[in-house]
Amino acid sequence: MAQQNNFILGLSAYYHDAAAALICDGEIVAAAQEERFTRKKHDPGFPANAVRFCLGEAGLQLADVAAIAFYDKPLLKFERLLETYYAFAPRGLRSFLMSMPVWIKEKLFQKRLLWDHLEEVAGPARPGTPLLFPEHHLSHAASAFYPSPFDEAAVLTIDGVGEWATASLCHGEGTGMRILKELKFPHSVGLLYSAFTYFLGFRVNSGEYKLMGLAPYGDPDSEQVAEFERRIHEELIDVAPDGSIWLNQDYFDYATGLRMVREDRWQRLFGMPRRDHADELEMRHCNLGLAIQRVTEDIMLKMAAEAKRLTGSRNLCLAGGVALNCVGNGKLQRSGLFERVWIQPAAGDAGGALGAALAAWHLHLAGARTPCGPLDRMRGSLIGPDTTEKDTLRMIRRFSAEGERIEDFDRLCARVAEIMESGAVVGWVQGRMEWGPRALGNRSIIGDPRSPEMQRKMNVNIKYRESFRPFAPSILAEEAGEYFDLRGADSPYMLLVADVLERHRKPLPDGYGSMSVREKLYTLRSSLPAITHIDFSARVQTVHRDVNERYWRLLSAFKERTGCPAIVNTSFNVRGEPIVCTPEDAYRCFMRTDMDALVVGDYLFEKRRQPPWPEDRRWKEEFVLD
Amino acid sequence: MEFLKELFAFFMERKKWWLLPVVLVLLVLGLLLVFAGQSAVAPFIYTLF
Repeated sequence: MAQQNNFILGLSAYYHDAAAALICDGEIVAAAQEERFTRKKHDPGFPANAVRFCLGEAGLQLADVAAIAFYDKPLLKFERLLETYYAFAPRGLRSFLMSMPVWIKEKLFQKRLLWDHLEEVAGPARPGTPLLFPEHHLSHAASAFYPSPFDEAAVLTIDGVGEWATASLCHGEGTGMRILKELKFPHSVGLLYSAFTYFLGFRVNSGEYKLMGLAPYGDPDSEQVAEFERRIHEELIDVAPDGSIWLNQDYFDYATGLRMVREDRWQRLFGMPRRDHADELEMRHCNLGLAIQRVTEDIMLKMAAEAKRLTGSRNLCLAGGVALNCVGNGKLQRSGLFERVWIQPAAGDAGGALGAALAAWHLHLAGARTPCGPLDRMRGSLIGPDTTEKDTLRMIRRFSAEGERIEDFDRLCARVAEIMESGAVVGWVQGRMEWGPRALGNRSIIGDPRSPEMQRKMNVNIKYRESFRPFAPSILAEEAGEYFDLRGADSPYMLLVADVLERHRKPLPDGYGSMSVREKLYTLRSSLPAITHIDFSARVQTVHRDVNERYWRLLSAFKERTGCPAIVNTSFNVRGEPIVCTPEDAYRCFMRTDMDALVVGDYLFEKRRQPPWPEDRRWKEEFVLD
Repeated sequence: MEFLKELFAFFMERKKWWLLPVVLVLLVLGLLLVFAGQSAVAPFIYTLF
């Protein structure tokens, strides 16, 4: 088998979001992020478990693999570090002294390190097996273009930083890819957004979602938002017509320091101190969030316009951490610049593992592209570890769980729909796990979106996270246009934000724009209040029968019972925990929270029938809050 | 040895010879660190690492 097929293993590791991906002759076989196995969020270590899983999916040893691809070039990154320290000297001496030992002892010798780890996990490689290092942004671009449904497309990648590049603009045609333009460190859209994430009291690298969710609480008509935007443009950033940016390093500290921003200068600029994560969220924080979100969207649109100008393409592919800004993605899609927009579901650094493997296949080995599936070549992003009945039975035995097996899947869906209609929250685990940060109906917590109490209940009693954070809907693809302004676009990976249509909205009270966060939160805004954000937007997942049939059938059962074709879908985890992987992870999470029922495969577990859970509430300390 | 070859190839490709002395000094320093057995502390900002 190994002689006939070219298996390529892609890796991302040693920074954050370590992951592995396996492709066979260009076709995606398996991919997973290490955090799902180790239960350590954003695990940066070598992805030993993910490699074991990926190779195991195809019954391979390392000796069967034709090539290995790592998602960036360590030496080029080291060059960037040295040049940056030189350019900023003597500023940055402390961070230089801290970072150099790490590089000198480990990171410079990554090739040896990778081989050692790989051989420890999967046996010796075939002599001469190449270990390739495609550039960071090329890996992102490959992850965006090659699995997309397009034969030709403009490819835009935007993130914090790779080696030197912080954004790139490529043109993909058939199996080829050309880099047309790059934006280089320290000027970075991702780092700009992270700087505001930090200033507003959220954690860099994971709190960016929160900032995006917070922004709509700002008052779009207020003088303060306009003033913040003006100050950002005057002092922090220059945006060129092509979307490239220049950041005033007098205000930032990430290049050589140990913090994102120079807080004293930011305090003077915005007239407020850095928010501590425990501080109450005030209107000024929301307004600043809204201002930077608008600036980011403006840059994304300008970059996309430049991509259009340079390639003339009708299609756009996106990847890189900033491509997880689904509000910006939604605006880009609605701008009409491109007829079709496709976004890699694992747009962050984990996705680089898949991109590196695809780049190796298409660009290094000149391999052909595989036939396109119903929507694209990603197989619905359901390419992670599977849930087998054996795993479920092992979980039942281990926890003495009381489950009911319902073999008739339609009957199971009807039962779950009935449970959800009663206002209950259900954990839903089926088949292969999702690749990427979004749960897409195989490791999800689901509920009734019509319930006005659902958002608060899920945030406070289930996910243990901030009450302002919105939830997203899954909706039958064929019904999506009846509820959301998607303009015909599919959003199978929950990466587009679209407005709830006017006819489903409720009239807002006077002075809504200037209400406090809490007042806005508890205002009924639509017939689907649990998934309608403050500004009537929703991060939509369109569910397609030929992509995830079981989830589609569940939504159909809910529609049949209630008339509503949408449900709330949030990732199956609590705050700070990676998404559950195995039935055991799922049952543990189910019992630790106020979830009412759990479905794993064909088994239904109702909370009231379960034996008492022995753990006390101290388990929360297990996860570092994000 | 393989690492030194790669480093040389990297410099040939990038033509940034002015970085060579810095790298060599750092490598010597690195050897000292290894022999001294000090641990490397990784701060949190990922642009540095």
